[in-house]
Amino acid sequence: MVASELLAVAASPINLLAARMQMALSLGWHIIIACFGVGMPAITLLAEWKGYRTGDVSCQLLARRWAKAMGVLFAVGAVSGTILSFEMGLLWPGLMGTYGQVIGLPFTLEGIAFFIEAIFLGLYLYAWERLPPRQHMLTGIPIVIAGVASAFFVVTANAWMNQPTGFELEQGRVVGVDPWAAMFNPATPPQTVHMILAAFMVAGFGMASVYAAAMLRGRRDRYHRLGFLIPFTVAAVITPVQIGVGDWAAHFVASNQPVKLAAMEGVFATERGVPLHIGGIVVDGEVRYALEIPYALSLLAHWNVNAEIVGLNEVPPSEWPPVNITHWAFQIMVAAGFALLALGVWMLWVWKRRRDIPGTRWFLRAAVLAGPAAVVALEAGWTTTEVGRQPWVVYGLLRTAEAVNPAPGLIYGFLLVAAVYVVLTVATVYVLRRIARSKPVPTAPQERDVTDYPVV
Amino acid sequence: MSLLAEVTMAVLWVGLTAYVLFGGADFGGGVWDLFAGGTERGREQRTLVEHSIGPVWEANHVWLIFVIVVMWTGIPSVFAAVASTLYIPLTLVALGIIARGAAFAFRKASTEVWQQRLFGATFAFSSLVTPYFLGAVAGGIVSGRVPAGIAEGDLVSSWVNPTSAATGVLAVGVAAYLAAVYLTRDAQRQGDLALAETFRRRALGTGLVVGVLSLIGLLVLRADAPGLYAALTSGRALPLFVLSVVSGVVSLLLLWWRAYLAVRLTAALAVTGLLWGWAVGQYPYLLPGVRIDEAAATEAVLGATLVSLAVGAVLLIPSLWWLYASFQRGHSEESRGHGDPQ
Repeated sequence: MVASELLAVAASPINLLAARMQMALSLGWHIIIACFGVGMPAITLLAEWKGYRTGDVSCQLLARRWAKAMGVLFAVGAVSGTILSFEMGLLWPGLMGTYGQVIGLPFTLEGIAFFIEAIFLGLYLYAWERLPPRQHMLTGIPIVIAGVASAFFVVTANAWMNQPTGFELEQGRVVGVDPWAAMFNPATPPQTVHMILAAFMVAGFGMASVYAAAMLRGRRDRYHRLGFLIPFTVAAVITPVQIGVGDWAAHFVASNQPVKLAAMEGVFATERGVPLHIGGIVVDGEVRYALEIPYALSLLAHWNVNAEIVGLNEVPPSEWPPVNITHWAFQIMVAAGFALLALGVWMLWVWKRRRDIPGTRWFLRAAVLAGPAAVVALEAGWTTTEVGRQPWVVYGLLRTAEAVNPAPGLIYGFLLVAAVYVVLTVATVYVLRRIARSKPVPTAPQERDVTDYPVV
Repeated sequence: MSLLAEVTMAVLWVGLTAYVLFGGADFGGGVWDLFAGGTERGREQRTLVEHSIGPVWEANHVWLIFVIVVMWTGIPSVFAAVASTLYIPLTLVALGIIARGAAFAFRKASTEVWQQRLFGATFAFSSLVTPYFLGAVAGGIVSGRVPAGIAEGDLVSSWVNPTSAATGVLAVGVAAYLAAVYLTRDAQRQGDLALAETFRRRALGTGLVVGVLSLIGLLVLRADAPGLYAALTSGRALPLFVLSVVSGVVSLLLLWWRAYLAVRLTAALAVTGLLWGWAVGQYPYLLPGVRIDEAAATEAVLGATLVSLAVGAVLLIPSLWWLYASFQRGHSEESRGHGDPQ
């Protein structure tokens, strides 16, 4: 299309870079908060249920504090998510102008899920001392369902960008849209399941980290031990499942986005019996300094040591994603995943023998790192799927450079947004730390009254 | 003309109206927070503001997200044109929304005065500037300064122009006015008559100011956007414009007579009349030369979106009802709770 080529020329490299950085920053920031929004409600309800069943005061206080932290994170997630819906148009009008209607439906559904989440979170927080415990826990269930549903809907839109289906193009105009087919595209099952499990891992390991740090400083009472055990167990149980799902997702990429797989693994020439590269840097079209495991990639990607792996040579270099970034992001994700698996096994091993959390400082230090490690895995995985799709924003159909807003000066917008996010991050961390420690527990933004709350 | 496209636009406008009425009051609450006075003197007013917007401000975000998402789904090319040409004020709106929402949440979780001041000032300042930029965006569209196509309009004069200045200031005024009207009743319900009196005076004052601003705005429209001016003053939008003016005048009288509940309705009507007057005045054009049926998404998309929204409403309405019902019942069961042995 002539107009889109003109746009691609008009969009200066710095504009495209600025838009990508701004999107990466605001989405990369929101995704962490959103993971807590998806995973934390279930873990909090688990603690509340345990507290209700056993009358354990520590469980009750934990659930109460987590609910308040959920309130703060939800508020911050609501604003950082609102910004993203602006940015879809401010930064990528070329994408939204053409394909907005194709991916609009899941966002509409996500809006409904978000509304339900907001209503029930308000109810859940407000009704803590006002509803009977059983009924109160019931108000938490829609939060869990709506949170998971939100993640599902949003990720279907991203899956569509990888596997665009459900429409026809006629001279650059979208016609014959089937929004349901676009939403349930082939990439939807592996991507959504992978993301939802990732959210539970980030929330679980993230919450456990806080209490591991406290235990490291000598606070090993029942409250801190439970605060560690409940979220850690949830996350550790999910980790092996996630590795299996990750393998499924990688197989999907191997079959459906071979160029992305080639970038993830640094495969330049199509070959059979391809080795797996661990580490290494891509220089001049080859992977150097890597640990090579013969035949392993063919085996992993297609369950056959002689399977053919498509190399980057199949497409012109202008359609290669940035290979080093994709390769490293993928490896970091996998490494973090296996490290977390190992930590879970360590815990299970000691628990089976002694019915206790491993008491060594090394275990606790590793457990403190588990939260950041889960976040690193999340961001690296997201980088793999997004950077690995480049230069396409809609795989095979629309280049990112054609989607970007050609108006000059996006760089200043990016700098402003970056400054705001720095402040937002500092303030969020500060307030969450207060919620974790202060007595009485501070008020969540959804709670109506400060004085109405005699807190445990 | 496609019926589904018309229905979608109407639904979009209902969402926008809800955002202006609820979100507007929400911003206005922040404006009054800004003018409440020193830490000690303003405490009562700030508590009332916090009390009133605390449970609703997140729901208000949903209206804005709703408007944006229905825009890109229902009229994608128009969304792209508006967002790309007006990206400067819209980026400022986005930043204002982050600062405002986050600061409000953080102020609530803070106990030390200096923190409450810092977060409070951020919240209040962004409450003042954000509606200005939203209004300026509307002014750019109203005066035909956003052409079809991506970033085809002037990046600066599309929102720095007489109409945008008028609509921006009007948006801030409307927000402050709606908030003062709502807060008057809230203070009365709490039994704080002195506070109700304070906000009554403010509502009367801002009501007059908004009336004058609307008249000035009308003159600006005559010079800068004659098409809409004609539609409002003599065309098919005239009934809505009259409704707005009459409701505005009646609101001032009701405030004078301290009919705080009734004035909520007429104040909302006055604002709704303006918004729908704009819509009817511009119909069937969304942007210069772009009609609704040309810009609308395919029937399948509009149908699926409308069905989803209908199903969503079926889920949402009972949930909201349960929320409010539980709040009511909660007050009589204050003593029951987790701490009790069962």
